Amino acid sequence: MDTFPSLFLYSLTIQNSNYVQNSCVASLSGKKVQEIVIATESRLLVYKVDPNDGRISCILNHNCFGIIRNVAPLRLTGFKRDYLIVTSDSGRITVLQYDLGLNKLVPVYQEAFGKSGIRRVVPGEYLAVDAKGRAAMVASVEKSKLVYVLNRDSEADLTISSPLEAHKAGVICFSLVGLDTGYANPIFAALEVDYSDIDHDQSGQAYENVEKVLTYYELDLGLNHVVRRWSKVVDRSSYMLLSVPGGNDGPSGTLVISEGWISYRHLQKRFHQIPIMRRKGNEMEETATPWAESNPENKDLRLPVIVSAVMHRMKGSFFYLLQTHEGDLLKLTVEHDGQGNVNELRMKYFDTIPLSVELNILKTGFLFISCEGGNHQLYQFENLGLDDGELEISSLEYPDDFLVTTGKNIFYQVRGLQNLSLVDEVPCLYPVTDSLVVKSPLLDDPTQIYAISGRGNASSLRRLKRGLETTEIVASEIPGAPVAIWTLKLSRNDVYDSYIILSFTNGTLVLSIGETVEEVSDSGLLSSVSTLNVHQMGQDSVLQVYSKGIRHIRSNKQISEWKLPADLLITQSTINDTQIVIALNNGELVYFEMSDDVEGGQLNEYQERKTLTANVTALALGPVPEGSKRSNFLCIACDDATVRVLSLDLYTTLESLSVQALSSPANSLCIIPMAVGGYTTLYLHIGLMNGVYLRTVVDVTSGQLLDTRTRFLGPKPVKLYPVSIKDQKTVLAVSTRAYLAYSFLQNLQLSPISYSAIEHISSFASEQCPQGVVAVHHNVLKIFTIDSLQDDLKSEIYPLMCTPRKLVKHPELPILCILQSERNFNSSKNYQDLGSHSLSSRANKDLSPLQEREWSSYISIFDLKSKQIVHACKLGDNEAAFCVEMVYFKSKDELFLVTGSATDVNLETRACSHGNIRVYRLKDEGTSLELVSHTETDDIPMCLRPFQGRMLAGVGKHLRMYELGNKKVLRKCEIAPVPLFITRLDVQGSRIVVGDSQCSIRYVVYKHDENRFLVFADDPIQRWCTTSTMVDYDTVAGGDKFGNMWLLRCPADISRLSDEDNSASKLLHEKPFLNSTPHKLELLSHFYTNDIPTSMKKVQLVEGAREVLLWTGLLGTVGVFTPFINQEDVRFFQQIEFFLRKEVPLLSGRDHLAYRSYYAPVKGVIDGDLCEMYYHLPREKQEVIASELDRTVAEISKKIEDFRVRSF
Amino acid sequence: MADRLRSQAKLEQLQARFVGVGHSSTTKYEWMVNQHRDALSSIVGHPPLLAYMSTALGESRTQVRQQMLEKMIMPCGPPPPNH
Repeated sequence: MDTFPSLFLYSLTIQNSNYVQNSCVASLSGKKVQEIVIATESRLLVYKVDPNDGRISCILNHNCFGIIRNVAPLRLTGFKRDYLIVTSDSGRITVLQYDLGLNKLVPVYQEAFGKSGIRRVVPGEYLAVDAKGRAAMVASVEKSKLVYVLNRDSEADLTISSPLEAHKAGVICFSLVGLDTGYANPIFAALEVDYSDIDHDQSGQAYENVEKVLTYYELDLGLNHVVRRWSKVVDRSSYMLLSVPGGNDGPSGTLVISEGWISYRHLQKRFHQIPIMRRKGNEMEETATPWAESNPENKDLRLPVIVSAVMHRMKGSFFYLLQTHEGDLLKLTVEHDGQGNVNELRMKYFDTIPLSVELNILKTGFLFISCEGGNHQLYQFENLGLDDGELEISSLEYPDDFLVTTGKNIFYQVRGLQNLSLVDEVPCLYPVTDSLVVKSPLLDDPTQIYAISGRGNASSLRRLKRGLETTEIVASEIPGAPVAIWTLKLSRNDVYDSYIILSFTNGTLVLSIGETVEEVSDSGLLSSVSTLNVHQMGQDSVLQVYSKGIRHIRSNKQISEWKLPADLLITQSTINDTQIVIALNNGELVYFEMSDDVEGGQLNEYQERKTLTANVTALALGPVPEGSKRSNFLCIACDDATVRVLSLDLYTTLESLSVQALSSPANSLCIIPMAVGGYTTLYLHIGLMNGVYLRTVVDVTSGQLLDTRTRFLGPKPVKLYPVSIKDQKTVLAVSTRAYLAYSFLQNLQLSPISYSAIEHISSFASEQCPQGVVAVHHNVLKIFTIDSLQDDLKSEIYPLMCTPRKLVKHPELPILCILQSERNFNSSKNYQDLGSHSLSSRANKDLSPLQEREWSSYISIFDLKSKQIVHACKLGDNEAAFCVEMVYFKSKDELFLVTGSATDVNLETRACSHGNIRVYRLKDEGTSLELVSHTETDDIPMCLRPFQGRMLAGVGKHLRMYELGNKKVLRKCEIAPVPLFITRLDVQGSRIVVGDSQCSIRYVVYKHDENRFLVFADDPIQRWCTTSTMVDYDTVAGGDKFGNMWLLRCPADISRLSDEDNSASKLLHEKPFLNSTPHKLELLSHFYTNDIPTSMKKVQLVEGAREVLLWTGLLGTVGVFTPFINQEDVRFFQQIEFFLRKEVPLLSGRDHLAYRSYYAPVKGVIDGDLCEMYYHLPREKQEVIASELDRTVAEISKKIEDFRVRSF
Repeated sequence: MADRLRSQAKLEQLQARFVGVGHSSTTKYEWMVNQHRDALSSIVGHPPLLAYMSTALGESRTQVRQQMLEKMIMPCGPPPPNH
């Protein structure tokens, strides 16, 4: 029996998440340049900031195939470069070094210390490094702390000791920093709570009395062990530690941040405290220090919480920037006497920026913030907030015994940016809560992905588009529609083009390029005929080919013509710097060379003409290699669907070298050398009449064609144009869309460009636009540039009011409905208001703290054509919205918009006072809403779905069917199919697939005759379902809260049984199995994605390719799962995976198979991201793997590339 | 007998080494507290889970993280009285 699984998927990430788990500034390359290192959930990215123009660009992107938890720079004394220390779920501490030559991060040490996985007592959650790089501490949330001693050996290489333990059971660690102690013993400061008594104290008194302790762990370098040097009880609400520079730079010590206060503490040094400044509007009469307990009522008030902090050292001084949860930056300075004593702490308001997770300051005066939602931003410091008249408070006003802020002014007025200016952004999708694919012939690009992302003020609707970014410079109308376009230089050494030549069916138009573009008549070119080709040749000649001959124009305007007899016509031609080949309508090929012997050049015809048996459809000459007189190859495509390579070598002129058969006659040819992976290879690009694009390698010695890659571009014939972009020779292939073939990251890529339709193209160089493209479309002339060669999803951003939750599209009209809801709406309303006017403190004053906790929900309608929100309305008071759906009610014969929300929601207990189902009518082509009915329900309606002319709703754990009545929606049928809470519903026919918040998927059938729901199959494994979609009638794909993706299938006989007419009683009375339904679903595939899938769709993304599963994750990952078509491919990829797992250096030290099987063993999925690592292996390793598989490197690359091309 | 002693010693060793290893008289409360602490530390430790929570709650990751850690101190209230 063949036990081969019936379904196998290939997982591929289209867009990596740019969510920041952790970031730091490090000098990896030395050279006194600082880079920003970002750890996303499984990747390490290195960004470089150009100090001149403030552009931020990614220079390194490493997939670690593990969950990265922390990353910190490490510099040994006397070194110019930083190492990176990384903790991950691998149970190892990894030290990485940047290899300049390879442009890679290489692991130096991977020291195992514990179990893999993210567990309570396995260190890795915290990472602290000594300021002088002598030691590092890794700690877990509870109990474990390990110290590694770092040193260097005689070769100046880093050494790492075995770990020293500083464990203490029953202790929870809240924060950990490495102190700066100069060259004294390294000290690590931890903020800890000991809970061991609480578990045994029945009175609850121990919990009341529990203390938070600041503990110093000192590494005694002489004795090589760790001691608890010092402990000090600090405020119970403390949550963050910051270290203060020591040695010659400062007093050393720790800043402890607690609710509303910051205090300085260090061994026997004096204690200082300062309140955290507050916005005007959040004023209270007095605020006690929390540990004073003098005013217990104040506990409920929301004091500012510091969410991120950064310290910056300058020559002789240092300061801190702290960000509050409202987005305000506060500047904290520590005044010290230079003898190691702190005089005072001073604080003042600095600026207000979006809420961040990490702040990083570069020495070049930039501030990089990794945002909590929305794009990451790079700011430049304009000034440091000195002498700007802002209120500055000092700790001297708050001595130790002074515990309340009575009467003191600690409030600042929020204002626009004064000290910072925004210079650049890094796109980030996190958090993506929903997405959908719109396929509409009405829109310019038929397939579009819309995603809703962001949080609070940074919320947006994003249109994700694949393609290289372009900028249009000119678009102007011209008389008539040209059939071809060229740009022309006048001499070989010209940098810029002088003319644009447009060929029409009956003439030629010459335009000069300058300040303005205008027609010229003295160019010497024949304007009365349609031009076939025009090119600059030799030193300074111009050649014009038209159907009756060739016109040679010298720089002194002397013209010579080569004419054909009356019955002959030129059909095709190709020109390079020294050679011309033309094809005549009698099947003859004529070859010319330009010689520079004569002044102005002279065209010499080769005495023999080659006669071909088929008509020539395209010709191409390669470029003349440097130092050579001619290109050795001529390619001809004939209408017998072949491509031939002819030699132009002096001794074998016009001899045939090789032939390749094609699937259809070629429409266009182009030979170009391209640098791929450090080697320059000669490529022949072929565009076929049937819309297929081929690329093959031309062997420069034999002229053989090797390693052909194909790709379908669109239904129109493909035309090819060589274009130079970013100093790279590339080819633009134009069918229905324009694609660019270019070399990127050791790979030859073909990516669509995001630009409107174009027909004919030529490269364009002028002073204003040195590397552009000029194109025509009907009678419009366009000039544009291609800005970047990074092929990922570009997003167009349309801002929204608050956190979006769900997105639906009207089935016919081009409108999207976006459901938004926000907790703590008022308090998160912060920095966006600043641009136009500052917050009026009065408005905020009216809000009681209770109101601040409120929910607000909105429903907005977005018009896809005008690209804006056309309507927005608020749902009820304190309502949290959960679902929205377009439902067709048969009884009214009309499509309605239905929303599900709940009032007074408590997320922790999932309680609410009541749920609401609202039905809206869409008016005026869907541009406004009218409330038709409002029904209260007993629980939260989490999911709605149209079903057979009625509506299904998952209300709490109940599945209900509703009909629209005159005033309310009417319940028609009900069942509680799941034990907890319905989160997903999918419908096909009478089958309903119900997803539970914790108990996976259940299959339900609706029996129409009996008006009854019946649960007939479920999943024996508990999955915390976040999204699902039906792949076919029996199969459902879904994702869960722990980052898994899975496919479940109902066995065929059960599926049949459920749909039989009289099966109701059988299904109802069958014996339950495993305390649940009688039948179980089978697991087809399982895969750990390390991102929580929030939406999943089965769509076709590539013209003519199969349907794929497209998913988006909360952290911003966009990926696809492509089904395999045959078993050989599966076996092949399984082998590749097997070899790559051994060969690919995994930076985090996590085993790849274990990573993809984090919660359950990976099943039925090949990891495409791993397979694509093949490109990045060194050539020798590629060859080893290839020989193991009995294939060539090119074959393997082609297979891997094919899958990407087919899926996306 | 020797076997029993050895397995007893082994168990004790495990209990000392790992948090949450049970014994024959583990109470429901002990088990539950251990489960909750595990779950809370998992939310804090797994980046997507923390992001999920903070998106749902509309609070910053630092705040959610701190709340979870605070909860770990006494996740299920004081222990029930002994009978």
